[in-house]
Amino acid sequence: MKNSNWIFNTDFDEFIDLDSYVSRGGFSALRKVMSQDSSFIVEELNRAGLRGRGGAAFPTGIKIGMVASASEKERFIICNADEGEPGTFKDRFILTHLPFQLLEGILIAAYAAGAEKGFIYVRHEYPEAQEKIKNAITVAEKAGLFGKNILGGEFSLHLEIFSGAGSYLCGEETALLSSLEGKKGRPRLKPPYPTEAGYLGKPTLINNVETLANIPKIIEKGAEWYRSIGTEDSPGTKLISLSGDVKRRGLYEVPYGTSFHDIVYEYGGGPKDGRKVKAVNIGGASGVLVPSEMLDTLLEYRCCMEKEITIGSGALFVLDDTRDILENVRNRVRFFLHESCGKCTPCREGLRQVNILLEKLNKRTATEEDLDRLDRYTRVMQDASFCGLGQAAGNSLKSSLKYYRDEYMNGCVRYAEEMSA
Amino acid sequence: MSMVLVEKASSLTSEQSHSLLPVLLEYQKKNPCNYISEENVKEIAEKLNLSRSRVYSTASFYSEISLVPRGKHLIRICCNAPCENAGKEAIHRAVKDKLGIDVNETTEDGLFTLEIVNCLGACYMSPAMKIDDQVFGNLTPESAVEIIKKMEQTDEE
Amino acid sequence: MKENIAIRLNGNHITVPSGITIMEAAKRNGIKLPSLCHHPDQRVKANCRVCVVEIEGRKNLVPSCSTVVEEGMSILTNTLRVRETVKTIVELILADHPQECLTCIRNGNCELRQLSDMLGLTVIQAEKKEKRLPLDLSSTALVRDNNKCIKCGRCAEVCHHVQEVGILYSHNRSTDICVSPEYGKSLSEVGCVLCGQCVLSCPVGAIYEKDQTSEVWSALDDKRKHVVVQTAPSIRVSIAEEFNSPPGEISTGKLVGALRALGFDKVFDTDFTADLTIIEEGHELIHRLQNGGVLPMLTSCSPGWINYIEQYYPELLPHVSTCKSPQQMFGPLAKTYYSQLSGIPAEDIFVVSIMPCTAKKHEAQRPEMNDSGYRDVDVALTTRELGRMLRSAGIDFNTLLESEYDDPLGISTGAAAIFGATGGVMEAALRTVYEVVTGKELEEVEFEDVRGMEGIKEAEVDLAGTPVKVAVAHGLAHAKQIMESIKSGENDYTFIEVMCCPGGCIGGGGQPYGSTNAQRQKRIDALYRVDRNMEIRKSHENPAIKKLYEEFLIEPLGEKSHHLLHTSYTNRRVG
Repeated sequence: MKNSNWIFNTDFDEFIDLDSYVSRGGFSALRKVMSQDSSFIVEELNRAGLRGRGGAAFPTGIKIGMVASASEKERFIICNADEGEPGTFKDRFILTHLPFQLLEGILIAAYAAGAEKGFIYVRHEYPEAQEKIKNAITVAEKAGLFGKNILGGEFSLHLEIFSGAGSYLCGEETALLSSLEGKKGRPRLKPPYPTEAGYLGKPTLINNVETLANIPKIIEKGAEWYRSIGTEDSPGTKLISLSGDVKRRGLYEVPYGTSFHDIVYEYGGGPKDGRKVKAVNIGGASGVLVPSEMLDTLLEYRCCMEKEITIGSGALFVLDDTRDILENVRNRVRFFLHESCGKCTPCREGLRQVNILLEKLNKRTATEEDLDRLDRYTRVMQDASFCGLGQAAGNSLKSSLKYYRDEYMNGCVRYAEEMSA
Repeated sequence: MSMVLVEKASSLTSEQSHSLLPVLLEYQKKNPCNYISEENVKEIAEKLNLSRSRVYSTASFYSEISLVPRGKHLIRICCNAPCENAGKEAIHRAVKDKLGIDVNETTEDGLFTLEIVNCLGACYMSPAMKIDDQVFGNLTPESAVEIIKKMEQTDEE
Repeated sequence: MKENIAIRLNGNHITVPSGITIMEAAKRNGIKLPSLCHHPDQRVKANCRVCVVEIEGRKNLVPSCSTVVEEGMSILTNTLRVRETVKTIVELILADHPQECLTCIRNGNCELRQLSDMLGLTVIQAEKKEKRLPLDLSSTALVRDNNKCIKCGRCAEVCHHVQEVGILYSHNRSTDICVSPEYGKSLSEVGCVLCGQCVLSCPVGAIYEKDQTSEVWSALDDKRKHVVVQTAPSIRVSIAEEFNSPPGEISTGKLVGALRALGFDKVFDTDFTADLTIIEEGHELIHRLQNGGVLPMLTSCSPGWINYIEQYYPELLPHVSTCKSPQQMFGPLAKTYYSQLSGIPAEDIFVVSIMPCTAKKHEAQRPEMNDSGYRDVDVALTTRELGRMLRSAGIDFNTLLESEYDDPLGISTGAAAIFGATGGVMEAALRTVYEVVTGKELEEVEFEDVRGMEGIKEAEVDLAGTPVKVAVAHGLAHAKQIMESIKSGENDYTFIEVMCCPGGCIGGGGQPYGSTNAQRQKRIDALYRVDRNMEIRKSHENPAIKKLYEEFLIEPLGEKSHHLLHTSYTNRRVG
C-alpha cells in the first residue's frame, strides 16, 4: 500500500498533539512568516500553485490576496469545515487528528489576509471534531500560539467554533455566510464575492480545511519543494477518501498526476472477491460516474476537465460489477432532493421531477420519452440553477445517461418487454 | 439561562439576530424532549428581536433541529451511497424491528428516536450509524442491535 | 453621471449605461424578458430563473434580473437553449400549480398565466403535484390559498422588509418549502394587520381579498333596501387602472357614473367625512394641547395601522386620536343624519364603501362599529372588487357618462382629497388647525415638507407663537421607528400621521394590481391635482360640514360627536 505522507499524516491511530506537531517542524512556518511582510505568503502560495480543496479549485494565493488588498480593514477568516459531500472524510480526519496543522494554516492565512477574527464552521454531524479543535485552540492559546499577541508579536486571532445544523448546502460559501448570520442556509447572489463582502458585509476569506492545512508545509519547505510533488498543472497532493467496493477503504494522500486506476488498485487494493470495477463515482454525490475504461485518467485538474470529471472533494466511491448504476443515481438524487434549499425553481422542481422519473425507471414503467425528459430536466438544472448544488445535482445522472444508457433503457417498459421476449 | 446564552453565542457581532442558529441548538439541547417547542420559538423571537416566523423559518430549514418532541437518544443511520451499498438497509430493518418504530418515530418509553442522516464521514467503515454523539461503523444487523441493547442497559442503571 | 458601455444584444451592437442589469438593458432596447420573482420595488431575489439568458463564453445561463452588464458582453435572449430552458422552468412551475385558471380570482391578471401565454406553452409534460391544502379563511379580509403559491418570495419580502410585521416567511426546504406564518398557522392567529401588501405583491392567486361583491349584489337586488355607497379619496385616481388606463388618471365623474349604473340609490363621498375627521381631529389636537393631554397625538384613519398598534404597541394606544376613520364616520351619519334628512328608516339603509384597503373590511366588522344602532358600514369593498362588479355588469368604464356625487354627503374640499396620500391627513389638519388656533387666514395652503414618498417626513409649524413639530410616516417599518422613538422618549413631535401602506391609501392593499412605487407616485400626483382644482381647499370651509354641525352635531367633540364619531381601542397584544 502506497502512502508517503508529504503533507498529511494519514494514520487513523495517531493523534498529533502539540508536542509531536512541534517536534515535526510544526509552527516553524508561522515563525518564518511573522518575521516577514505578509505579502510573502501570497507570493509563495501563488508560486506553489495551491488551489482550493473544497471543490471549486480556486487559486488560494489569489483569494487571500483579494482579501488582503481590500480597503476595509475589518476582515474575517472562515475555515469551512462543513464537509458534507457524501463519501468524504478528509476534513473530519484533519480536525480530529491534525488540529494543530490546521490551526497553523489558519493563522498563516489570517495573518496574510489581515484578518483578526473568524470562525471554524464545523458541521453538526461531527461533534467529536468540534470538541477536538476546541481543545486544540485552548492548548495552542496556552502555548502563546493562538489568541492574543501570537508568538509575542502584535498579531492576534480570535476564532470561534460555529456548529452547523444539518445542511449540506452550507458547505457552499455564501450559504455558509447566511447560516453564520442566523438565517436559513441559502446561497446569496454573487457578486459581491465573500472576499469583497462576506460575513457582516466585510471582506472574508473562506477556505476549506484541507486547503488551509496545506499551507504550513508549503511555507516551511518552500514552493519549489511543493511543486516537485504532483504535476505542472496540478502541483502537490490531494487527500482521497476512498470507499465502496475495494479491499482497503480509507484516506490516502495522493500526488496529483496519479491515475484513478492506481488509486483504486494500488492504494485501495482493487475490488474484493475477484470482482471487476464497474464504475467509480468521483467527487461524491455532486460528482460523476466514470466507467472502468476511463480510469486511466489522471488525478489532475486539466486532465479531468477534458473528460468532464470533477475532482471535487476528492471522494472516490467504487462500484463493482454486481452493482446497479440506477440504484446509485437514485440514492444521489434523493440526497439532493433532501438538501435542496428550495429557493430556485430548476433545482427544487427539477429534482422533484427527476426523482419521480427515476422511480418510474426503477419500477420499469418509464417510457423512452421519459428519458428525454430526464435529460431535459437535468440540463435545465445544470444550466439555470441558482447555485452549485442545483448545477451539480444532475452530474451523476448526466454521466450515467452517457455511459450506462442500457441500464436506463432497461427501466423503460417497451424495451424491457422486448428484451425479455 | 437564556439571556446569558444569547450574549455568549458569539462575541464577534453586536447584531443579536446573528446568533440565532447557536441559540436554537442550545435551546434544543436543553429541552428535555430534544426539540424546539413553540414556546422556545416565542422566547427566542422576543430575545433576539426577530419575528416568530423568521425564527421558525431558520429552525425548520436545518435537519438537525427538530420541531417535534424526540426521545432521549437519537439513533441516526446514514443513508448515503457508500453506506447503502454496504448494507444499510439490513441495519435499518434490524434497528426498526428491535425498537418497534419507523423512521422519525420515538419509542413508547421515550428512550429512542430513529432518524436517517446524510454522510457521517465514516465511509471507510460503512455501514455506519450515530447514536447521540458517537459514531459506530462496520455494522452488522446483529452488532447494531447489540449496541442499542447495551444503551438500554446503561440507561436502566 | 454614469458612463455608457458597449454590449451586444442578440448580435446587435448597443450602448447602455454601466451598472444596469441585463433585464433593464433589454427593456430599454425593446425586449421584455420574462420575470416572476422580480419586483421593481424589492431586492433582487433571482429565485424563479425564468429570466435566464445566454452570455457568450459563459458555461451556464445567467439570470438577467441580477446580472449586471459588462463592457463587450454578448447577450443572447432568444436562442433555442434559452427558449427551451425558460419554457421548461415555467412547465416545472405549472406542474406544481393547480390548473384552475378559469375559476381563479386572478384569471385575467395572473403573471404566471401571462407568462405561459407569452411563451406559448401548450403542454405540461412534468408530473403534476396533487395538493389540497385547506384555504386559510380565518381572517376578516384575506384568503390564503397556498396551493397556488409559486414560492417567489415577494409577499414575504414586503411583509418582513417593507411592513416589518413579519407574518409571512418561507419555511422548510426543498419541495417542502412553504410560505406561511410559523407552524402553518392561520392569519387570524398570528397578528396579521391585514394591510394586504402581500396581495399586491403576489404574482398569482395565492393570497387575495375576501370577495364580498355577492353581498352587495344581493343588497342592490333587494327592493326594500336603500343602498348608498361612499368612495374613499384615492379610488378616483386608481379605479381607471382596473380598465387598463395608465396610473394617475382622475376619473371622479366616471366613478360616480359607474356606481349609478350599478344601481346604487345614492352615491356619496368619503371625502365628506374626511373633512369631518379634520374638524374633529383638529379640535381633539387643540384640546390635547390646551389641556395637557397625551402627546404626540397619532392619527387613526388607517385601519391596518390601528391593527398594528393594538397588537404590537398597545401601551401607546392613549396617543391615538379617538376619531373614527372617515369610513366609520360616514356609516353612522348615513344611518342617523341622512336617515333623518331623507326620511328613510335606518334599518332599510345599506351602506357600502369602496376602499383602497383590505383592512377596511376588518374595520367595518369590528363589533363596536354599530353606534347608529345598526351595523354602521355594511360592506367594505376594495377597488379591485368594484372593478370586478363593473366588469361583470358589462359596464364599459371608459365610455361612461360622468356624473356628480349626491348631496349632502357628497360635498367635499381639496383637503379631503389628499387624505389618500401620505402626508395628506397632516396637511389637511394643518390647514384647519392653523386657522382655528391663530384666527388668521393661511396664505400658503400647500405643505411641501409633508409630501412625497420619503418614509418619515417632518415639519414645523408656528401656531400663534408656539412652534409645533409634526411627523408623517407611511409603511409600517417607518411607523415602527416612530413608535420606538416615542417609547424611548427621544422625539418631541406634537402630532404624527401614520398610514399603514407605502404611499398612503393610494398604495393600499385593495388597489389595482401592479401598485409599484412609480405607480403610487402617479396616483399621489393626481390627488394633488384634484386638490388644486377644488374651489374649497380647507375642511372647515366645507358648507355641508358647517350645515351638519348646525343641524345635527352642534359642535366638534360634542356629545353627539362623541357618540357617533369617536371610538376606543383595545389592547390586542399578540400572545
